[in-house]
Amino acid sequence: MSIVLVICFFVNISLGSVSIPTKEIFKSLIGGIDNESWEYIIQNYRLPKAFTAILVGSGLGISGLLMQTLFRNPLAGPFVLGISSGASLGVALVILGSGIFGGVFASVLVSKWSVVVAASLGSFLVLLAVMIVSSKVRDTMAILIIGLMFGSITSAVVSVLSYFSSAEELQQYIFWGFGSLGNLSWHELFIFFLIYLVGILMAIASIKGLNTLLLGENYAKSLGLKLKQSRLIIIIATSLLAGTITAFAGPIAFIGLAIPHMTRQIFHTSNHKTLLPAVFLFGAIVMLICDCIAQLPTSDYTLPINAITSLVGAPVVIWLLVRKRKMFF
Amino acid sequence: MTKVEQHIVLETKNLSVGYASKKEANIVAGSINIALQKGQLVGLVGANGIGKSTLLRTLTNVQKPLQGEIYINSKSILDYTSVELAKQLSLVLTEQIASKNLSVFELVALGRQPYTNWVGNLSQEDLVVIEKTLQQTNIDFLREKKCFELSDGQLQKVMIARALAQDTDLIILDEPTTHLDMYHKAYILKLLQKLAKETGKTILFSSHEIDLAIQLCDTMIVMSKNEVVSGTPCKLISKGTFNTLFPEDLIAFDEKTGSFRVRK
Repeated sequence: MSIVLVICFFVNISLGSVSIPTKEIFKSLIGGIDNESWEYIIQNYRLPKAFTAILVGSGLGISGLLMQTLFRNPLAGPFVLGISSGASLGVALVILGSGIFGGVFASVLVSKWSVVVAASLGSFLVLLAVMIVSSKVRDTMAILIIGLMFGSITSAVVSVLSYFSSAEELQQYIFWGFGSLGNLSWHELFIFFLIYLVGILMAIASIKGLNTLLLGENYAKSLGLKLKQSRLIIIIATSLLAGTITAFAGPIAFIGLAIPHMTRQIFHTSNHKTLLPAVFLFGAIVMLICDCIAQLPTSDYTLPINAITSLVGAPVVIWLLVRKRKMFF
Repeated sequence: MTKVEQHIVLETKNLSVGYASKKEANIVAGSINIALQKGQLVGLVGANGIGKSTLLRTLTNVQKPLQGEIYINSKSILDYTSVELAKQLSLVLTEQIASKNLSVFELVALGRQPYTNWVGNLSQEDLVVIEKTLQQTNIDFLREKKCFELSDGQLQKVMIARALAQDTDLIILDEPTTHLDMYHKAYILKLLQKLAKETGKTILFSSHEIDLAIQLCDTMIVMSKNEVVSGTPCKLISKGTFNTLFPEDLIAFDEKTGSFRVRK
């Protein structure tokens, strides 16, 4: 599977609006290409985009896996906890709210970094609220429902905001909502990667606890698992991954939900020691493929990545529901 | 040798169990004094709603006692860390496991969690214990099966194997025979008796199979409205304890056969 990932990676780099011969791409990676504009395109556009796709795909897949195991619910995902809707609210407040809150801030606020900060802050705040509530509620299913409620509250606020904002602002918000992998500089990618790494490390540290949770919370407790502590680590890992991904790449749907299921079906296991690396690779591969499709090879247009992932994800969800009798996780 | 037999694994002192709300404590059962010896099979019986589950939940540290203390191997249950306790006490609950996509081997191996390293790798010793457990519970032939492929009786054996693999002095089972047919009820309880004898573990289970329990248990704990009594089945029969279990209008305990008869 790692080989497939490497192949997808190169295929992804070689596709784009400007067609560049494969030979030249390898040359530019080693660092000996004659055509300067080609080199620029590859090094500053396609490479970061491919790396972003890997981070986004694997990160969303893993956060979905963590949520599904923690909530013992095959339909859980980073969106269900309200993390992504929190990020959306943050961005909506910045983009849509700037007009309402006065023109002075508008120009300062609507920059790229403010969107990133707002999205991170939004997802973190929603997460914090969910966590405060979850410390009072024992039942994990209740937390799931509370997360959904937070999600609908934030989307309602977004609706109200969009009602009062101008068409231009609305357009900007909607474009963010399409999701994009291609707008990151190396510098941004580096910060993205650091936060991502913390999330992944926390997920790796939770492998044992996740396997125990497959038995249910009471059994997990009887096996000596510190339930509250591991629940906290898993939730923080998820929010770090899903929060930053949403901040940098927009709300990308379905990957978090669909990838863990696909991986379970392929590998026929629920053991997280296998699942975690498998979801990592599979998520990255699917995201690279989705991005290739979004490029519409040999055309000048780039489709919104969110539409492509939904086109892949929605049939999977339907397929899962139809097959529900045989769905185990 | 007698000293080993006298080893008390679980002891309660003046224990009261129930639910405490802010205003008042709702005592379900009080002044419970029991002492369970090493290697015994202990049956806990009582009518529905008498507080068997509450007692088991308290003994397993899921809920706090209202009063009194619980000692496992002479150490208060509250003084154990969660991992330490997991090495003393294992459970088989009535609830379904969350994921049935696990294979039998994987499920039994999860019983080794308190002993494994941070990522849960099985050591050579863990593998030896797991193999032994699979043999002892006669489920070796099922090892590669997924849990959703098993019958209720098989799954219960696997859950017992998992608790056994946890290698604790005390195993507590909450109604291990519900949903099983007559044969498998007897089979499971007989298996528990064999395991208690072979492994020297103390096994405590709650059950409604009073006649089976009388035949198989070393000690029984009988919960009735007014008191909690424990002793060997013979003693309890001669004391007439089983007559206090249920209201007497419908069924009565027959001392000769050791079972309940419907009044005609």
